[in-house]
Amino acid sequence: MIEGIPIYHFLIVSTIMFFVGVCGFIIRRNLITMLMAVELILNSVNINFVVFNRYLYPDQLQGHFFTLFIVGVAATEAAVAIALIINIYRRFKSIEVQNVSEMKF
Amino acid sequence: MTGYAYTVLIPLIPLCMFLVLGLLTVKWKPIVFGIMGTVGMGTSFVLSLITAINYFFVVGPGPNGFEPIIATKVTWLRLTEFLHIDLGVMLDPISVMMLVVITTVSLMVHLYSMGYMKGEVGFQRFYAFLSLFSFSMLGLVLATNIFQMYIFWELVGVSSFLLIGYYYEKPSAVAASKKAFIVTRFADLGFLIGILVLSFYTKTFDFADLTAPNTTIFAESASVSFIGVSVFTWAMLLIFMGGAGKSAMFPLHIWLPDAMEGPTPVSALIHAATMVVAGVYLVARMFPVFHFQAPGALEVVAWVGGFTSLFAAVIAMTQFDIKRVLAFSTLSQIGYMMLALGVSGYGGEEGLGYMASMFHLFTHAMFKALLFLGAGSIIHAVHSNDMNDMGGLRKYMPITHITFLIACLTISGIPPFSGFFSKDEILVAAHNYSNTLFSIEYITAGLTAFYMFRLYFRVFWGNERHYHHTPHESPLVMTIPLMVLAFASIFSGFLPFSELVTSDKIGFETETHLMVALPSVLIGVLGIVVAWILYKKESLVPKSITEKLGIVYTATFNKFYIDEVYLFVTKRVIFNYISRPVAWFDRQIIDGFMVGIGKVTEKTSYEIKEMQSGQLQHYAFAFVAGTLILVLSLLYCLV
Amino acid sequence: MNVAMFYLLSAIILIFSVLSVTTRKILRAAVYLLFVLIGTSGIYFQLNYEFLAAVQLTLYAGGIVVLIIFSILLTHHISHKFERPALFNLLGGIAVAAIGAGAVLYTVFDHQFVASTAPALDVNMTAIGEQLLGMDKNGYVLPFELISILLLAALISAVVVAKKGKETEEL
Repeated sequence: MIEGIPIYHFLIVSTIMFFVGVCGFIIRRNLITMLMAVELILNSVNINFVVFNRYLYPDQLQGHFFTLFIVGVAATEAAVAIALIINIYRRFKSIEVQNVSEMKF
Repeated sequence: MTGYAYTVLIPLIPLCMFLVLGLLTVKWKPIVFGIMGTVGMGTSFVLSLITAINYFFVVGPGPNGFEPIIATKVTWLRLTEFLHIDLGVMLDPISVMMLVVITTVSLMVHLYSMGYMKGEVGFQRFYAFLSLFSFSMLGLVLATNIFQMYIFWELVGVSSFLLIGYYYEKPSAVAASKKAFIVTRFADLGFLIGILVLSFYTKTFDFADLTAPNTTIFAESASVSFIGVSVFTWAMLLIFMGGAGKSAMFPLHIWLPDAMEGPTPVSALIHAATMVVAGVYLVARMFPVFHFQAPGALEVVAWVGGFTSLFAAVIAMTQFDIKRVLAFSTLSQIGYMMLALGVSGYGGEEGLGYMASMFHLFTHAMFKALLFLGAGSIIHAVHSNDMNDMGGLRKYMPITHITFLIACLTISGIPPFSGFFSKDEILVAAHNYSNTLFSIEYITAGLTAFYMFRLYFRVFWGNERHYHHTPHESPLVMTIPLMVLAFASIFSGFLPFSELVTSDKIGFETETHLMVALPSVLIGVLGIVVAWILYKKESLVPKSITEKLGIVYTATFNKFYIDEVYLFVTKRVIFNYISRPVAWFDRQIIDGFMVGIGKVTEKTSYEIKEMQSGQLQHYAFAFVAGTLILVLSLLYCLV
Repeated sequence: MNVAMFYLLSAIILIFSVLSVTTRKILRAAVYLLFVLIGTSGIYFQLNYEFLAAVQLTLYAGGIVVLIIFSILLTHHISHKFERPALFNLLGGIAVAAIGAGAVLYTVFDHQFVASTAPALDVNMTAIGEQLLGMDKNGYVLPFELISILLLAALISAVVVAKKGKETEEL
């Protein structure tokens, strides 16, 4: 807990970060930058967990552990996603999503 | 009562034979299958004979005549508290008599077919179907209730269909089998409706309840009527329609002559001796209901029978196909039986017609089976159905000749052959009832003698034709049935039928009515003599007579164009004015509607599939926006 | 001091996250992401979650970002510059983000957070270790095992997916 800083300020930061991630996920055309946007989103959620834990339930560690697990999940997700991206690159010689429109129909 | 439990085996053995023969796929010699079928049928025959002797002679009549016995009964379908469909075995005089008739003729036909069908493709199938037919027919006559009868009635129709269409590669056989099935099926629709009406008002299917003479089940609804006629009359008329279809009564007779496309033993079994008399059996079975509840319907039965007998006899005179002559003769004889039932009263002497009908059924089965099997023997020798290809066969086929002659004498009503006795009883019954019907039958008797002897003389006398190979007598396996049936034809007339099979199951005494018998014998002899003059030696006389008759002869030869009328009504009228518009409506409107739905769906999906761009951002955008809308609406709108 | 530090970290996080999704050079985007992650770990430090902050630094900053940079180098030329995003996507993304942020912030400010009055737990490594592998009420051994299996599965699947298969060679 940081003296003099209300919980709301943390939440503002995390919210903005979350929606910047969402925005990036929508506007980016490159698979890797989309992945980075996802990392931003996960990170902002982590901040929320930690802050709620510290400010509202300082006697417990739930938020702390959740964050820990989310970090683990994010790592696995990044690993698999990058494997996929490399595979796609091999197949299409590009990771621009407009070139990868096999999902159509 | 339990002493008759074995009777259930009588229909079950042929059923087993059908299953075994139908499903066995081993490649044995065909004759093995024939022997299997025959042995099965023989067992049924022996059991039937034991049953008959037991029932009629060992146990004998009780104080109220012969008691109907329910040997076995299983409730198969329980519809309501009162209404349930049973399957069982009922023994009473007519069913026991029918058992003997069916198993005898069937056994003879099984035996005969081993010779006649030798070398045919599908020998095994033939025996399987024969067994199926025997099973169905036995189940029909043993039925304890009208619904069981209906079930077997349809089974009989199916097996008849299968057997008429036995030579399924022949288009005419296929057409004939379809015709037989459709016509009888159409009639059976009436039968079914009749059953439903009857059971709706009486709340029972059981023959025991329906035919009890003092039953009260009809009283409740006796006053219910439909278009001015009581419902029971309607029901019985509809049931008679089913019977008329199966028994080929005018105007539903058109299928029977065509049914001769089947193998000749089949014609003997199904289309002469057993299945076609199912209609007579049905009317006899329901006789108390007809008599007490629907005398009007009974009158219809009498007139339809009388008319058919004359009508068919007239046509039979002009036909050249020997099997068709026999088919029309069958029609005529069944007309006799129907007439006898129609004119009959109930109980004692009054019930003479009933007893005469059953008697004639019995004798007719024997001599008509004999005639058909004899005809089969001739066809076997000559390889043709046409009388014009035959002549002078008596030298080559002595046994066939003698047995055929016996059958012809029998059907012509010459004493002491059995046909004389049964026909005499029918004439007496008709005489007591109506002079018109009596004279119709009287004329028919003369015509019968004439056309049978026309057939006989043309086939066995006259000039020899040029044959492909010298005709020869049929093998023993075919002549033995002929001899057995000839024996039965001669002597079955001496059976004390009036003491065994009567309307109220109490026997009575009959005597020969000379006033009726003598003229009937005389007209029979007259018919024979005319035939003898015209056909003993070939001459031009018959031809000149037919030429003088002109249009009358042509019309008769063409069976009075009844088939053409049917064709006109069905093809021209029904097809063109009902079926075509209905088909058009179905194709264009109903199908069009469905096709339209399909087309619209296809078009729409084709248009909107562009939404699936394959661009990940679009999906992401849709996903996020959708989530947002959901969250916002949950937060602010739905609270 | 702490307050100023917090605002500084917040500013770094916000600015670099925006830059990371708007820059047209991919390697720079990765580096900006690195800064965001480091800023986040700074906040964890400020909240006295030293272990978490360390995990954040090593796993995120040290692991994931390095992974991303590797993949960038495998698939791009460093000088590669993105095209501008499509207008529809740009406007749609910004609109959705703005509306969402507005709704969430409104909800957050509308809500009165009630803090627990219980005494704060001393977060040391012993407590973390005991709870992480504990099997009692506050134990996390089951998620811990799940995560370990998940990591193993991800490891294997990443290898399988990225492996140069025979069929891909033909293409």
